[in-house]
Amino acid sequence: MFEWIEELLWILAKIGAILVPLILAVAYTTYAERKVIGYMQLRRGPNRVGPRGLLQPFADVIKLLMKEIVLPTGASKTLFILGPILFIGPSFAAWAVIPFDADLVLADINAGLIYLLAMTSIGVYGIIIAGWASNSKYAFLGAIRSASQVISYEIAMGISLVGVLMCANSMNLGDIVLAQSGNLFTWYWLPLFPLLVVFWISGVAETNRAPFDLPEGESEIVAGFHVEYAGMAFALFFLAEYANMILVSCLTAIMFFGGWLSPFQGIPVLDGLTQWIPGTFWLLLKTGVFLFGLLWLRATFPRFRYDQIMRLGWKIFIPVTLVWIAVLAIWIKSQVWPFGGG
Amino acid sequence: MEINFEQIVFYGFSALLILSALMVILVKNSVKAVLFLVLSFFSTAGLWMLLQAEFLAIALVLVYVGAVMVLFLFVVMMLDVRVAAARHRFTRLLPLAIFIAAGFLYLLHWIIGEHHFGSDVMPPPSNVEEGYSNVRELGKMLYTDYFLPFELAAVILLVAMIAAISLTFRGKRSRKSQNIDKQVRVTKAERLKIISYDTPQEKDKSKEASS
Repeated sequence: MFEWIEELLWILAKIGAILVPLILAVAYTTYAERKVIGYMQLRRGPNRVGPRGLLQPFADVIKLLMKEIVLPTGASKTLFILGPILFIGPSFAAWAVIPFDADLVLADINAGLIYLLAMTSIGVYGIIIAGWASNSKYAFLGAIRSASQVISYEIAMGISLVGVLMCANSMNLGDIVLAQSGNLFTWYWLPLFPLLVVFWISGVAETNRAPFDLPEGESEIVAGFHVEYAGMAFALFFLAEYANMILVSCLTAIMFFGGWLSPFQGIPVLDGLTQWIPGTFWLLLKTGVFLFGLLWLRATFPRFRYDQIMRLGWKIFIPVTLVWIAVLAIWIKSQVWPFGGG
Repeated sequence: MEINFEQIVFYGFSALLILSALMVILVKNSVKAVLFLVLSFFSTAGLWMLLQAEFLAIALVLVYVGAVMVLFLFVVMMLDVRVAAARHRFTRLLPLAIFIAAGFLYLLHWIIGEHHFGSDVMPPPSNVEEGYSNVRELGKMLYTDYFLPFELAAVILLVAMIAAISLTFRGKRSRKSQNIDKQVRVTKAERLKIISYDTPQEKDKSKEASS
C-alpha cells in the first residue's frame, strides 16, 4: 500500500545527489569568478581564508547566514519572502532532466527540452515579484527591465533550440546527445553554428549576467531587483544566479557539444585509450569551459544600454535564427552530410 | 478506501486550482490576482500531467506562465488601479452581474457537460505502451488531420498581431534614436583631432632662446 512512499524517498535521495554537488559547485563558482576576474585585472582575488583562499565561499555563506533579513516598510510581506524562493526553485528544478551520462538522469522524459524552456522562463517571476514587493523604485525598475529582457531573449533561445530538435528528431535530452555521436564534427556546433552563437548569448542574457546585467545595474539603479534584500534572502538570489550560469553552460554542452560524449570518439587509438573516463567527466569539462567563458565575458565587456539589448534580441537574433531554421530544413531534407547520406 | 498516490496528487492540484481561481476574483490587489492566476495555470498543468498529456502541460507553463502572464504582470504593475472606486458601483450592478454569470454558467455546462465530455464519449486514457511519445502523436495530428485548421489559426494570430501593431503605430516620428551601425563604423579620424600645442614651459624656453 505504501510502496509509493518508498519510491518517493528514493527520488528524494536522487534529488539530494544532484543538489548537494550543485550547491557546492555554485559556492566554488563564486570563488572561481573572483579569482579569474582578479587575475584578469592583475589582482590576486580572495587569498586570506584557508589555503589560497579556498575556504572563502564558506566564510561568505556564514557571514550571510548571520545577517539580519530586513523587511522594508510598506513591502508586501509574503511576496517579499516568496520572491527569492520562486527564483531559486525553477533554477534547481531544471536539473531534473539533465543527463549526466548515458543512463544517469533523474527524469527521463520525452518533452525534456520544452520542460527546460519552461523552467528557465518561469524564473523571472522571482525577480518581478521581488522587485515589486520591495516597495522601492530602484527594485521596481530592475524588475521591469528583467521582465522585458527575459521575454525578448527567451524567444531567440527557444527558436535556436528548435534547430537542435530538428536535427535530433527528439525532445529527450538523452536522445539529443546520442544523435550527435560520431566524432567531434558530428556534434551540432558545426551545422548549427549560428544557432549556437544565438543560444549562448541569449543564455547569458537570460541569466542576467554581465554584459546583460541591466536588472542589477549597480551604476544606474543601485542593485536593481534585489536592492532591499539582505542576509540569506539575498544569498538565495546569488545562489540561483550561479546555478543558472552552470545550467546554461551545461545546456550549451549538451545541445551543441555532444554532452557526455568523449571528444576522442571516432579517433582510432585515442578512443580506446580514453574509454575508461566516465562520460560525466566530459560533460563537466565542457560545462567548465563555458562557465569560464561567462566569467571572461564579465571581465571583458561593459554593460549594454537598454535599447541596444532590445535591438540585439529582436532585430538581429530572431531573424538570424528564423533564417537558419529555414536553411536547416532544406539541409536536412536534402540528406547532405551530416544528416543522412554522408 | 484505498487511496493511491495519483489520487492524492489529483485532489491536491484540484483543490489548489479551485482555491487559486477563487482568489483571482476575491483578492483586492490586482498584482496578487495575476499571481493567483499564474498559480491556477500551474495547478491545471499538474492535472494535465496526470492525464499523461506531458507536452500540453509543459506547453501551458511555457506559453501562459512563462510568457503571457509575465506580460500581464508587467502591464498590471504599471497600472495604478483604484479598487475602491470600482467597488462603489459594485452593489448597483450586482443583479445584472448575477444574471450574466448564470447565463455563462449554463452555457459552460452545456458545452462541457456530459453530452460532449461525458465518460462514455471521452473514455479515460488507456495505459500506453513503452516508447509512446506524446509530442510525436500531437505533431502528427496537427500536421496531417488538422492541418488546415491549424494553419488557419496561425494566420488569424498573425493578422491579429499585425493589426495590434498597426493600431498602435502612429506613423514614423522623428526620434532621437541612435544609429548603431554608424556608431560602430566610427573611425579615429572622425572623433579625434591632434593639434600641436606649445606648453607654457616650452613657450618660456623659446622666449628665452629668442631674447
